[in-house]
Amino acid sequence: MTIEADNPAIAIVEKPASLRAVLEWIARRAEPVVIGLAAILIGLALFSLFILAVGKSPATLFQLMYTGGFGSWFSVQNSLSRAAPLLLTALCVALPARLGLVIIGGEGAVVLGGVAAAAMALPLAGTAPVFLTLILMAIAAMVVGGIWIGLAGFLRHYRGVNETISSLLLSYIAIALMNQFVEGLLRDPASLNKPSTRPLPAEYMLGNIPGMDVHWGLVIGILACVVSWIVIEATSYGFAARIAGGNVRAAQIQGLPVGKLIVGFTALAGSFAGLAGMIEVAAVQGSANASLAAGYGYTGILVAFLARHNPLAIIPVAILLGGIDASGGLIQRRMGLPDATVLVLQGTLFIVILFCETFYGRFKIFNPDLWKRSL
Amino acid sequence: MEETGIGIWGVPLAIFAGAIRVSTPFIFVSLGEAITERSGRINLGLEGTLVFGAMTAYAVAVITGSPTLGVLAAMVAGAIFGLIHGWICKFPKVNDIAIGIAMMQFGLGMAFFLGKSFIQPVAPKLPSIALGGWSSTPQIQAALNINVLFFIGAALALFLFWAFKNTRIGLILRVVGDSTDAARAMGIHPDRVRLLATAAGGSLAAIGGAYLSLYYPGSWNEGISSGQGLMAVALVIFARWNPIGCFLAALLFGGAGALGPALQSVGVTQGYYLFYAAPYVLTLVILIATSSPTRSLAGAPGALSLTK
Repeated sequence: MTIEADNPAIAIVEKPASLRAVLEWIARRAEPVVIGLAAILIGLALFSLFILAVGKSPATLFQLMYTGGFGSWFSVQNSLSRAAPLLLTALCVALPARLGLVIIGGEGAVVLGGVAAAAMALPLAGTAPVFLTLILMAIAAMVVGGIWIGLAGFLRHYRGVNETISSLLLSYIAIALMNQFVEGLLRDPASLNKPSTRPLPAEYMLGNIPGMDVHWGLVIGILACVVSWIVIEATSYGFAARIAGGNVRAAQIQGLPVGKLIVGFTALAGSFAGLAGMIEVAAVQGSANASLAAGYGYTGILVAFLARHNPLAIIPVAILLGGIDASGGLIQRRMGLPDATVLVLQGTLFIVILFCETFYGRFKIFNPDLWKRSL
Repeated sequence: MEETGIGIWGVPLAIFAGAIRVSTPFIFVSLGEAITERSGRINLGLEGTLVFGAMTAYAVAVITGSPTLGVLAAMVAGAIFGLIHGWICKFPKVNDIAIGIAMMQFGLGMAFFLGKSFIQPVAPKLPSIALGGWSSTPQIQAALNINVLFFIGAALALFLFWAFKNTRIGLILRVVGDSTDAARAMGIHPDRVRLLATAAGGSLAAIGGAYLSLYYPGSWNEGISSGQGLMAVALVIFARWNPIGCFLAALLFGGAGALGPALQSVGVTQGYYLFYAAPYVLTLVILIATSSPTRSLAGAPGALSLTK
């Protein structure tokens, strides 16, 4: 007989302690969800004020947004198709962010990935098997995208060049390169008004998921998010990257290969953005042209920040933003609002959500450490 | 070349004229960003401010018929954008680079939203000064037809260079930018100084936008800026936070940007689109050449998150 078993007071103390552990666990997990949702609500409220100020009804607008984005099977499929490239371009921001890097040049990797995929497909299409061609296109796009963003990571670590600026410059250079290829070397003489590369034969296109009107890009994007999540959360590379992101000096003292991690993670990030370009070419456009620079790289920044750089959270956020994007046309037609309405909403949400970062760790209810001290 | 009239000399002349024409928005945005960054904060949202300024200036000029009022209205709008950015960034844990990207998206959205109805009307243009009256060659006359804002920008660069060094306000700005703690010890409120510096930066960036919509190319549309606002951030680093450097760097940028069209006008069309990349390649190469992983950039404000 131990003293603990005899003494009822000790047993009572133990029970609330385990309940407390559960509560603490819930509190910690609840913080990003509650603050995130509150931020979205504040953002929507501010946006409603703006819509009221221009003399329209926010209620109608939100209703249309729901109808256009998720109200029918047709609109859900439309939203999912638009989410596909966002999943990949958001990863291009989220992965380096885990190392403390702010990469904003994903657009450049998308554009060059698309051109590389088209350049790879041109000699193969019509002769090589479809599957092999698509694989080679994906590899070419990923290699080029990976080199492009990896270069920003390399310059950051080995030359001390700020990655935000260099990735931005590289993205402008990439768009100029694309224009040069599409207007020059790779131009299809038949494309008159809109210079493009030669179109892919229809059977070489990346088709739709069976039973849906959504191309395979969505599956590829979700897989990329899951793989990224596993790399960050469950491998030693991801663990090392998170340490380096927290404190570079501490990581170096621990003997972690910070330079290799930075180049590796930025290259992986860039290869995902490049893959987004390949999907645009192989599933949507059918050729490489100026439409590749449609701003997916920039919307991806928003998605990554909204998801707090968590690859799994990117999936719902990208679908949500894809839905908002998809509803733009309906709002324009039914309410007579400009297509930029969606951009204003995105900007407002983005600002409020970043602003609400300041509330993390401030509320006692979410922070068991503060909790204990006060009790 | 017969069409150009002045032969191969057309190329340097076209680059010179292009440099002056294209550089003016860069001058204003980069001077604005220099003020903001000297105070230890970075504003990547100037692209949005620039485009919103372009829209405001155009709309006000259409409504009132006065381009000057347009520029003033743009300055007010730009200052408001700067104040929003500055106010949000003073809170702890708020990342100023990310807020800048968000403000850029917001500014672009607002400009496109409110500016939709101003794509058709024609606004009065800003005046320019014809310095080429002595020449009988139309190309030279056109090249020396220089907008007043260019001269104001040049004067502002000289003034800021002097003011940073020799005035109390310049000193306060530099102290706040180098060390938040030192500024507090001197009894300065760093947040307040940064707020005002960001507002001033936004206001100048909006003038750059006004130049775009009211002078060159001289109309309002959604594609009016091709990243001038974002490039300013790179330009300021390139210029080492020195206002006169900003002015010269903006000229260099304008010249590099004019290289493609100038060469095309004399028949060199090979690699035309690559010339568009010239300013960006130039900046990247200079950044790589002057950066180092072990020391911070010479002349960089100590409290600037960009260089840490």
